[in-house]
Amino acid sequence: MAGAVAVLLLLDLLRRLVDGSLGPSTLLTYLWTGLVIGLIYGLAGIGLSLTYSILNFANFAHGEYVTVGAFSGFSTAYLVAGGGIATLGNLFLLRPAAGQVGVSITSAPFAVVVGLLVAVVATVVVALVLDRVVYKPMRSAEGISLLIASIGVAFVVRYLLAIVYGTQRPGVTAGTQRYFVGEALGLGRFIVDAHQLIILVAAAVLVVGVHLLLTRTKLGKSMRAMADNEDLARVTGIPTERVIRSTWVLGGGLAGAAGFLLVLSQGTIAYNIGWRLLLLIFAAVILGGIGSVYGAVLGGIIIGIVQQASAVWLSGVWSDMTLPVTFALLIVILLIRPQGIYGGVETT
Amino acid sequence: MSDETPRERFSGLRARFSQGGGTTDASLLLVTMVALWALFAAVGMYLGYDTAGVLGTVQSMTFLVAVYALAVLALNLQWGYAGLFNIGVAGFMAVGAYAVGFLSGSPDATPAGLGLPLPIGIIGAMLIAAVVGLIAAFPALRLRADYLAIATVAMSEIIRTTALARPLAPITGAGQGTRNFPANPARTLYYENPADVTSAPNAVGEAVFGVFESFGVMRTNLVVDMTYTVLLLVVVGLVYWLSRRTGNSPFGRVLKAIREDELVAESLGKDTRMFKIKIFMLGCALMGLAGALWQGLGNGSVNPTTNFLPVLTFYIFIALIIGGSGSNTGSVLGGAVFAALLFLLPTYISNIVATFNLRLPRPNSVIDAFTPLLSADPLPLVGFVVANIDSMRFIIIGVLLVWLMQNRPDGLLGHRKEVASSVDLMRRDRTRGQTAATDGGRTQGGADDE
Amino acid sequence: MSDTEEQPVETSGETGESGDAPEPGTADSAVEEAAKTTPRGVPLRIQNLRKEFGGITAVADASFQVEAGSLTGLIGPNGAGKSTTFNCIAGVHRPTSGKVFFQGEDITGLRPEQVANKGLVRTFQIAREMEDMTVLENMMLAPRGQVGESLFNSVVPGIPAPRFLDDSQRQRWERVVPQGRRAVTRQEEDLRERAWETLEFFEIDHLAGEYAGSLSGGQRKLLEMARVLMTDPEMVLLDEPLAGVNPTLEKKLLKRVHDLREEGLTFLLVEHDMDVIMNNCEHIIVMHQGTVLAEGEADDIRNDDRVIDAYLGETI
Repeated sequence: MAGAVAVLLLLDLLRRLVDGSLGPSTLLTYLWTGLVIGLIYGLAGIGLSLTYSILNFANFAHGEYVTVGAFSGFSTAYLVAGGGIATLGNLFLLRPAAGQVGVSITSAPFAVVVGLLVAVVATVVVALVLDRVVYKPMRSAEGISLLIASIGVAFVVRYLLAIVYGTQRPGVTAGTQRYFVGEALGLGRFIVDAHQLIILVAAAVLVVGVHLLLTRTKLGKSMRAMADNEDLARVTGIPTERVIRSTWVLGGGLAGAAGFLLVLSQGTIAYNIGWRLLLLIFAAVILGGIGSVYGAVLGGIIIGIVQQASAVWLSGVWSDMTLPVTFALLIVILLIRPQGIYGGVETT
Repeated sequence: MSDETPRERFSGLRARFSQGGGTTDASLLLVTMVALWALFAAVGMYLGYDTAGVLGTVQSMTFLVAVYALAVLALNLQWGYAGLFNIGVAGFMAVGAYAVGFLSGSPDATPAGLGLPLPIGIIGAMLIAAVVGLIAAFPALRLRADYLAIATVAMSEIIRTTALARPLAPITGAGQGTRNFPANPARTLYYENPADVTSAPNAVGEAVFGVFESFGVMRTNLVVDMTYTVLLLVVVGLVYWLSRRTGNSPFGRVLKAIREDELVAESLGKDTRMFKIKIFMLGCALMGLAGALWQGLGNGSVNPTTNFLPVLTFYIFIALIIGGSGSNTGSVLGGAVFAALLFLLPTYISNIVATFNLRLPRPNSVIDAFTPLLSADPLPLVGFVVANIDSMRFIIIGVLLVWLMQNRPDGLLGHRKEVASSVDLMRRDRTRGQTAATDGGRTQGGADDE
Repeated sequence: MSDTEEQPVETSGETGESGDAPEPGTADSAVEEAAKTTPRGVPLRIQNLRKEFGGITAVADASFQVEAGSLTGLIGPNGAGKSTTFNCIAGVHRPTSGKVFFQGEDITGLRPEQVANKGLVRTFQIAREMEDMTVLENMMLAPRGQVGESLFNSVVPGIPAPRFLDDSQRQRWERVVPQGRRAVTRQEEDLRERAWETLEFFEIDHLAGEYAGSLSGGQRKLLEMARVLMTDPEMVLLDEPLAGVNPTLEKKLLKRVHDLREEGLTFLLVEHDMDVIMNNCEHIIVMHQGTVLAEGEADDIRNDDRVIDAYLGETI
């Protein structure tokens, strides 16, 4: 059933391309922006997937780690880029208007790089502190108790950020270099901007890094062993506490990076961006298969592209249906392939 | 007695609570409600409200307690009894609210309703919510418990975002929401033409309004609201009864077994999937009822940008955890404590603080709030906290959730163990024919537990 | 992720020599009820059963059958495929190929509750009681097809027959008019009586009101057996019921099994311990590396070189 619908949609897509109602540059734009946003889902998803399989619970605070990365990264970027424009306090709180400080890879590349690094480090610290305070005392609890506790954590973190940064949604990036790729290839106007390229590069580096870590290092192998069977791992002498901490380091760091990159690409920041992303990240992780790194990335890309490409059919007022359709996809995945794309396959 | 520490007294209360017993339950609920009424009346009087104002404060608190109790009882059926982790409660409530508006709303208003009689609207809303529940649960019930969590929260967001979508504006009103709900049944009781705001009261209305006027309460709307709240309390009682009967029966016994060890239940020949689907649909139907009676008939207006956010689901969860999942009395108590003390009371705090005439500074950032602390001036921080009371409430709720999961995963009042049988299992002497059917008998209990 | 909970199990070192000669049990109404069914030849037949996990073959072409009213033992070293076979019969695993027949009916690939509802009921290696339910609740859970398992019957009050009707009219009234909660309560009273009697048979009636979670490992084993009997089974699958049980309790459990077998109940006993099987089962099936290695009476098995080799080759 679901397969038939997918085939029909693809055929319709072809028809639209052939009869000209859908320009190739439009389709390419959908695919490209879908890929970029999907990579961000995927980056955040890797962490969620790892904590899900190693700590055995669905972490509903994972979206907040994304938000922590976004705010810590951009506060840092503002402090680096905006010296002299406003007081340090106001810079930290992202108070100056976007045009005044304007963090972008072209105007302030150093600030962006430092911001990304601080986003990763700060989120790792937050993840470790939360693990120590919240999850460590309840290691033996069942998954649902941990899940509920993580909902509590999500509330605390989200509204602490709301108190510190406020509940508005300011723009924090400046415009950046745009490249008109399509015209050279004869495919019409098709824009790629520098931030999207940064996201592509950063995501690729991080995914390959995580892959190498999980497959080549002893720590990574321990993590995979624990994902498979915690009791067995414990018996065979894997230091589970260390593996758990490493999981948070990895998962938190990637979520933080994803948060920073997300704001870099969309330009605005708010205390609830991570929460709004959470279900999409869950969709990516389940689609890819829980515990699989590549699965999370691939799942993220698919969700991202589906979201963008759905505009082919959902135009005008119907674009309001994009989010419901994407979430419905999640339920359909659970119905037809709950183990995900990489489920049951030996992967990292 | 007098040398009892508060802690001992609390644990004594816990022990008595977990033993259960009809009179204890009833008195516990009554004591709690009387205490809450007294508290809110005191708040109203402290703030200098007139009689109507104090009554209104107490009424709105009771309304919130009742609707929370309804939703929490419904969730208890799913999570407390069968361990089904549904975090899409808000969505199913939305379905109920929109459905009652669509089915029984006026055909002449926008968005147009079908104008069906109210009972059909309410039953229809429950049925639709149950079917939507089935759609959400069907794929997930076969899978791990946390998949159900994700599927239901996704369903709840699908429902809310669909309600917001412009193509559905003729039914949902999209971003504007809808106010087209049938007249509140309390209005029907008191007015000649309940749908018309300017209608004259009928004989019953005249009489009742007259009584209240003699006490100086001139606001007829308040009288209508109070009547509706009383009706709601009756519905809560009915749902409580239904829930309890579901629990202390062989059906409830299988649910309990599913929560504890599904494979064992299957190995004893129970078709656990059917049991799960049935209880899930019943729970969703009752959530639909809660939505229809709360946001639908109660508030008379629904807006998907502010109502039915996932946060509502978590409120209901917290209420259930406070009361102790698995217990019907606990569900009502938890709903009452959460709605009155955690949700409603903080909204009065800034009013109460204002009466102190402190001239609190309003620092506009967290930095401005904390730096004066260095010079031993706490007022800016206090002012900042009061100004951010909404966010503070979420933070307190979050901390409370974590604390509960770490220290009292079975609920604040302890895990309640209601024996699942329609007869008193400890009684052996067979009294057949004498109709000694001890309905709901569960005098046996955790004497040696705890 | 794993759904098996660690449960305290009474541990004992060696189980030592085991099993007295079976003594005829005292007749007990609960037992009589459980064993009322007449044996019908061969209740359980396994045909070319095969189960693969990924690339690993856990069971390869196993075939055997269990005679009615027998106490048949299924034994084999670790990894022989006993548990997988057991789970294929009980419906936990779906066999890759092969057939399972119960009382002449093909039950291959049925779900656990469907298998149980045919009268083929299993126990668990680690006794799995519902810890937050009392011993009696555990017992009352078991009977199959209870009236009150319908939500409707549990909730809706029944309409009693009018007083002016005579007895036969009353009976007809109760057949036609929904009896709801009334019928439920009546059945609950009957089942309660049976539950008490069965608890007495297993000598744990003094624990009736306790929560199962507070029972000792041995008491849980007894409760598990008692609970299975409450389902009124045709045949019982016992998954290592004596693992981690002390000698006294072992005797007690085996005596109950023999008593019930005398009453006509069929048992398939999966055990790791050779002695238990040798001393108690009249028919023994030895599995090794996923196939049936040998089959026969205790003496045949004892002298079978292949069996000796298989067990000697096992590292413990």
